[in-house]
Amino acid sequence: MWQIFHKLGSPKWFFGIAATLMPWLLWVGVAMLAAGIGWGLAFAPQDYLQGNSYRIIFIHVPAAFLAQSVYIMMAVAGLVTLVWRMKLADVFVKAVAPVGAILTFLALFTGAVWGKPTWGTWWIWDARLTSMLILLFLYFGVIALGAAISDEKSSARAVAVLVLVGVVNIPIIKYSVEWWNTLHQPATFKLTEKPSMPPEMWVPLLLSVLGLYLVFGWLACLRMQTEILLREGRTRWVKELIQARGS
Amino acid sequence: MHPIRKKRLTIVLFLLVGVSVAVGLTTYALRQNINLFYDPSQIADGEAPVDVRIRAGGMVEDGSVLRDPESLKVEFKVTDFSSSVLVEYTGILPDLFAEGQGVVAMGRLDKNGRFVADQVLAKHDENYMPPEVNEALEKAAGKRAAMSGAESDAAASY
Repeated sequence: MWQIFHKLGSPKWFFGIAATLMPWLLWVGVAMLAAGIGWGLAFAPQDYLQGNSYRIIFIHVPAAFLAQSVYIMMAVAGLVTLVWRMKLADVFVKAVAPVGAILTFLALFTGAVWGKPTWGTWWIWDARLTSMLILLFLYFGVIALGAAISDEKSSARAVAVLVLVGVVNIPIIKYSVEWWNTLHQPATFKLTEKPSMPPEMWVPLLLSVLGLYLVFGWLACLRMQTEILLREGRTRWVKELIQARGS
Repeated sequence: MHPIRKKRLTIVLFLLVGVSVAVGLTTYALRQNINLFYDPSQIADGEAPVDVRIRAGGMVEDGSVLRDPESLKVEFKVTDFSSSVLVEYTGILPDLFAEGQGVVAMGRLDKNGRFVADQVLAKHDENYMPPEVNEALEKAAGKRAAMSGAESDAAASY
């Protein structure tokens, strides 16, 4: 098991694996995402209370879900960086942080657009919205800190520490709606109970969440490949690769 | 595991536990500030300050909404099913405002315990369903109420 783990740390090995995985991730992901969002926006039934305006959920929930998942993945990678000093883990953190930031922004933005017609306000400083805004700032912090330190090793460690400290915010986001009084409603999906919406609503929602996961996987592979090429530009295998492609 | 990695792992875990405890204690100490609004019970117990801008939230009590026919003034009771507070508001209510729905009102509590709001926001819950299902549910509830001979006007008022 440890051998696989160490092999995973080899950028060259990852580069090859990513190349085979990427078309699958992209096309299956895009198909699921298109099916989920198309079904949700055009065919799923209206909500009895909110009418059509609830349909933004098919974009809001996948974005918010991924925004938090990406941060948890970054935290795991940060732990690997600190304990095992694996270069690839840092490549992952640097590659996906901007993606996470965009997803968080998308979640906040769609939330505001949804909040205006339903709640009556674009923004309110309740615990869920505020902790989500903190997540956005954490992503910005990770990006900025990574870019500010030019030495690869110290940059990797500093970013890993920041990512790990910030991970406490994730349970706060998740449970904010239960621990405190908030304007944001509690979760519709719970691990232990049936979702509080009918299947013709939650199936497209689940499809778009899974689809976005796969598309994220593709984007992460692509950005990691780029980062690996930048870092390993002087090694023999990269030079050989470039020559093979160029001819 | 290599001893040096074990050591690093321990340090990282200590860091995580330390940060979690610190954040946990801070948010616990600030819990009343983090709460977006006061419950009607808290207001009834005198926990909410008088004549300070605060938010009050709960369910709009059934049959409590009184609209002034001459103006935009509305009065309604907000309840958490153990206490309720009378809210006075002048202005346009959000579309989702209805009896039995959640609201969060921003305003001041006056000395008589009336809450004078200058903003009313609607809160919706985590349940979504198609309109037909809701109608069917309400019909079934109405039938049950009529059959048991209890007051069916609550359901009929929709």
